[in-house]
Amino acid sequence: MTDNAANNGKLVQVRGLVKHFPIEGGDDVWRAVDGVSFEILRGETLGLVGESGCGKSTTGRCLLRLIEPTHGDIEFEGRDVTAMGKRELRELRREMQIIFQDPNASLNPRMKIGDIIAEPLVIHGIGDKTERRERVAWLLGKVGLDADYMKRYSHEFSGGQLQRIGVARALALNPKLIVADEPVSALDVSVQAQVVNLLQDLQAEFGLTYLFISHGLAVVEHISTRVAVMYLGRIVEIADAQELYVNPLHPYTLALLSAIPIPDPKQKRDRIILKGDVPTSRNPPSGCRFRTRCPIAIDDCRSIDPELREVAPGHSVACIRVPGYDNAPSVESRTPVGVA
Amino acid sequence: MSHLLEIKKLHTYFQTREGLVCAVDGVSFYLDRGELLGLVGESGCGKSITALSIMRLVAPPGKIVAGEILFEARDLLKLSNAEMRSMRGNDVAMIFQDPMTSLNPVFTVGEQIAEALRLHRKLSRKEARAAAADAMREVSIPDPELRVNDYPHQLSGGMRQRVMIAMALACDPKVLIADEPTTALDVTIQAQILELLDNLRRTRDLAVLLITHDLGVVAEVADRVAVMYTGKVVEESPVDELFARPKHPYTEGLLRSVPKLTAKDVARKTRLQTIEGTVPRPTALPPGCHFEPRCPYRMPQCREDEIPLYQVTEGVTVRCLLFDPALVANTEIVNHRGHREDTKIN
Repeated sequence: MTDNAANNGKLVQVRGLVKHFPIEGGDDVWRAVDGVSFEILRGETLGLVGESGCGKSTTGRCLLRLIEPTHGDIEFEGRDVTAMGKRELRELRREMQIIFQDPNASLNPRMKIGDIIAEPLVIHGIGDKTERRERVAWLLGKVGLDADYMKRYSHEFSGGQLQRIGVARALALNPKLIVADEPVSALDVSVQAQVVNLLQDLQAEFGLTYLFISHGLAVVEHISTRVAVMYLGRIVEIADAQELYVNPLHPYTLALLSAIPIPDPKQKRDRIILKGDVPTSRNPPSGCRFRTRCPIAIDDCRSIDPELREVAPGHSVACIRVPGYDNAPSVESRTPVGVA
Repeated sequence: MSHLLEIKKLHTYFQTREGLVCAVDGVSFYLDRGELLGLVGESGCGKSITALSIMRLVAPPGKIVAGEILFEARDLLKLSNAEMRSMRGNDVAMIFQDPMTSLNPVFTVGEQIAEALRLHRKLSRKEARAAAADAMREVSIPDPELRVNDYPHQLSGGMRQRVMIAMALACDPKVLIADEPTTALDVTIQAQILELLDNLRRTRDLAVLLITHDLGVVAEVADRVAVMYTGKVVEESPVDELFARPKHPYTEGLLRSVPKLTAKDVARKTRLQTIEGTVPRPTALPPGCHFEPRCPYRMPQCREDEIPLYQVTEGVTVRCLLFDPALVANTEIVNHRGHREDTKIN
């Protein structure tokens, strides 16, 4: 699967992405994303996992420039997204769309479902009224809903149905990339499975590329080709989904995997329980950001801020304690940013 | 032998504009000392209303219309409001999903823990304050003498949930009802809280009713599990049995639709199995078995009458006609189900 994707090349390339949010009444900033580099290959699903506040959603939104990055380069099919003007950006958004976590909050309750799904078509001046209605009916069918639903309002639908409507809206312009920001986190398990399957079917049918953002490692593993793990504004590990699960290297990834409750009481594991809380991104620890909770931290971790290095083909990690890390090649260009 | 807490045929109804909602519709289960019972189900199945009913905290238009809630053989539904007030916290305590909405933002956490102690134990301010710090130490809050002075917003989500647990346990109750206590927390923090709950019930012989939608959480910490669907318990079983041999088609479907983190599964990239359709609206429940429209094994007789709970073996009950002794003799049905068993992923 990965080989295929590699042949098709990169769709997105992110280098040294930084997003700092100013804190009111001071010069301090929240370092939400603090030097992140990765690429998304055509036709793959890149999973982005991490706990709340790690910067995964901010990264997704920066890709679409729904929020303006502070620093760094984002390329989409070789075009520099960060340098685009308003008009170019609008054109670009035909090709990249987003699905949000809470379908209830992301669909206007005063608009009919049909108008919600047709809105991107209207904005981009595609088709006349009849053509748009046909397209909406076709889209509803694609996400497994009845075409008649276009006349209804969002309060008449369940959470799973609303998320399908969100997916239909994202598909309306026939995009190449969909950023799915926690698309199933608000849904019950049985419905969650339906939406995950739908996303996979649509990917196969339309050759979509996904950036799948979630805190649920099990779902991410299931749907992703490759997975990037974030902690406090940085990617700490990135690898093929299977590789990451079978051979996790970063102590944070190990802890995260072992913390997931497994629905099998027979499988009693030696759980790594991390001490303490996640520090805030306002004042991240010196050196390695994970060192304050890391079970294997040493003195050097205080002073060395580890960059992401490729320790095995396609498997990169940012931890000086990983064997082979010292001699591995660097895979990220983290522009040192002098924001105080 | 009587149980520490026993719920018998509890019915809690809500009169709404769209009609009568039977949120809790004949729920029965029991809880013994030191035991952790998991109550699982998807949103709207009535698990939280069951918990609130036990505490007698159901807000109007909700009303407990029938049933018994026996705590040490006393029916809580027959107590006066004053008697019930002294019961809450002292004997049965409850914690909720979102600690921020359960904590008062304008009082320090120490004052809030002390409040329960002063009300129930008649301690002085000073004594209560010291006891609050002790309670915080017991739930592994670092520097409790300093933290008692913190306001809720100064604490992280995990620490707030620890404060809630400290508050709930301050008066040494025998039963703790925990309603989705880790749902709002990150997985690494969830692991800490689950370990804490597990330790507390062992060291204090505390009975815990853990309400959750997360089958993984149940598998980790529960002794027994009750599965709810549309206001009814559809299956009750020891945890190992439930996960190894789910009986009710709904339980089976739930277990199959969870993505499993096993090397095998990652390698195969299988499609997730789903339960077709959606949960019916509470005002428009189908006749007979409420799961029938979504059930892969449905039979015409499932629509006829309300399905009783059948005892399968000791401690295992299920609300499904497939376990009706009169029908089990019918080989056609057994084969029907057996066919599906072959395709089971495990």
